[in-house]
Amino acid sequence: MTHTLLPVLIMMLIAVVVGVVMLALAWFVGGHARTASKQEPYESGVPSLDENRKRVNVRFYQIAMLFILFDIEAAFLYPWAVIYREASTGAQGMFLFGEMLVFIVLLAVGYVYVWKKKAFDF
Amino acid sequence: MNWNDMIYILPEVILTIGASAMLLVPVTGGRGAKLSAKWMMIILLAITAGALIYCSHAVENIDQSRQLQAMFALDGFSIFFKLLFIGAIAMLVMLSEDFLAEGKYSPWEYYSLLGFALCGMMFMASGVHLITIYIGLELLSLSSYILAGFYKSELKSTEAAMKYFILGAVSSAILLYGISLIYGVCGSLNLLDIAAAMSTIVTNDALMFGIMLLGAGLCFKIAAVPFHVWTPDVYEGAPTPIAAFLSTGSKAAAFAIFARIFYTGLHDFHLEWNYVLATISALSMIIGNLAAITQDNVKRMLGYSSIAHAGYVLLGVISLNALGLRGILMYSVVYVFANLGIWATVLMLRRHQYAGERVDDFEGLSRRSPLWAFAMVIFLLSLGGIPPTAGFIGKYFLFAAAVQAGFGWLAVIAVLMSAVSMFYYLRLVVAMYLREGVEAEFAITTPLRIVAGICLVVTLALGIVPSSLIDQAVLSSSHVAAHAALTPHAGR
Repeated sequence: MTHTLLPVLIMMLIAVVVGVVMLALAWFVGGHARTASKQEPYESGVPSLDENRKRVNVRFYQIAMLFILFDIEAAFLYPWAVIYREASTGAQGMFLFGEMLVFIVLLAVGYVYVWKKKAFDF
Repeated sequence: MNWNDMIYILPEVILTIGASAMLLVPVTGGRGAKLSAKWMMIILLAITAGALIYCSHAVENIDQSRQLQAMFALDGFSIFFKLLFIGAIAMLVMLSEDFLAEGKYSPWEYYSLLGFALCGMMFMASGVHLITIYIGLELLSLSSYILAGFYKSELKSTEAAMKYFILGAVSSAILLYGISLIYGVCGSLNLLDIAAAMSTIVTNDALMFGIMLLGAGLCFKIAAVPFHVWTPDVYEGAPTPIAAFLSTGSKAAAFAIFARIFYTGLHDFHLEWNYVLATISALSMIIGNLAAITQDNVKRMLGYSSIAHAGYVLLGVISLNALGLRGILMYSVVYVFANLGIWATVLMLRRHQYAGERVDDFEGLSRRSPLWAFAMVIFLLSLGGIPPTAGFIGKYFLFAAAVQAGFGWLAVIAVLMSAVSMFYYLRLVVAMYLREGVEAEFAITTPLRIVAGICLVVTLALGIVPSSLIDQAVLSSSHVAAHAALTPHAGR
């Protein structure tokens, strides 16, 4: 098994050597002019418009988290809905229904909590 | 699944309803908010414990459906651990009172998160299916991340929560990848089915990789070297009662799933994983104890000491015999009580936000409160494993199990490292008895006194009359040990 992977190893080594040699040559042979425009991130030659490290309002994360929370609810409902018609005969059906009800009630608890905590007031 | 199965998970159901209700009390206002959150939590825990004891008798007459049987076991092993968890959480509730009183944080949210964490721990103890175990673990972990950052405005606490969250999330991902590989090879996630599938497999690279990843993920959770780096930082930054929770209840739950998975599920590949785990165990004991020596911060010291204790408990997993399993059960009890006692002392000594943390803060304690200093000595001796205390019994079983399984060298390391650990435990004793302390005021409140009293009585009683604990451990481990005994390696 080892010798079959040997070409891959050799290829990876060559890739590393080529990369290092090219960077080293550029460093040693090339010039070192540091200008302001060289320090900017490369934007295909177009001057950059703005900083990219800025503060982002924490509410974006808040909305994202709330979205994920209630999105999962929908993701859970789908597989349940698919099997419910076949499986919902007799006592088993009521159990399946009850299980989903429990899940939705638990989510509702979370919903009431974030609502009363004013997480939806923007 | 059917409605009859509900009796099996009744304690968890009650706990979930109670914790959800507690979450809603502060936001909906009304008369509920005037009640004492602490006493509501204690009542909830008492009802849960009562339901657990009732259910453990009631289920004998009720058939468990096949589906639930594959996921969830209400056996002696799980009841033993669940009662330990409930007790530990009840003591943490007592310890948390002062901390909640001085901050402006809602006790209802705090206790409800502790309730959810306990629910996760109870599912971990009962899980015989890797998905049940994983969901329980995640419920515990997610609650712990929030609790670690409960001092929202405190930079250290936020940092601890962030570190804990990122490393915990990575370890959960690793654990899941391991679980998925095991499922791919064995075709089931039920531990007994996995064991049955493994008995027909001679060797399989994917399975080995899966076991390795699963083990790595679990070692993250119990903080064994080399997956331990988060522990001291998180313990130091988290609010002290939460650090106490992470180092006792949460850790005991991780020991429980470690034992269950390796004893019931993976025992056929014992010869493949035991030397890896033995190395991890040895490293945890050596690095944990040696690093603890240099710590001046008691919370960091307890963090490193808990790494070392994870190493001791791993002896019980590696040895894979009845003695080892009993050792894990007993050591979990012993460790939880001794550690909670020490954390109660750290809490008592807090003068402002982060005091009571340095070794210097213990100076002169014997003069200010002789009884408390004596209790502290007992807790430290118990962690070190010195005879009249419960720690000795726990360590005796673990070390004997390792010797019986042919891991004599590991037992030698464990004994040597226990001796090393006495060095830094005795540093606190020296500070308490031989140094002059600054006359700083500290308040011994009744809840702290109760917790320390319970821990002292348990630690001494189990050390002097260990037979009740041994009998209980033998009884509780018999079901799980029966599976392990089937393997050719177990009985040697």
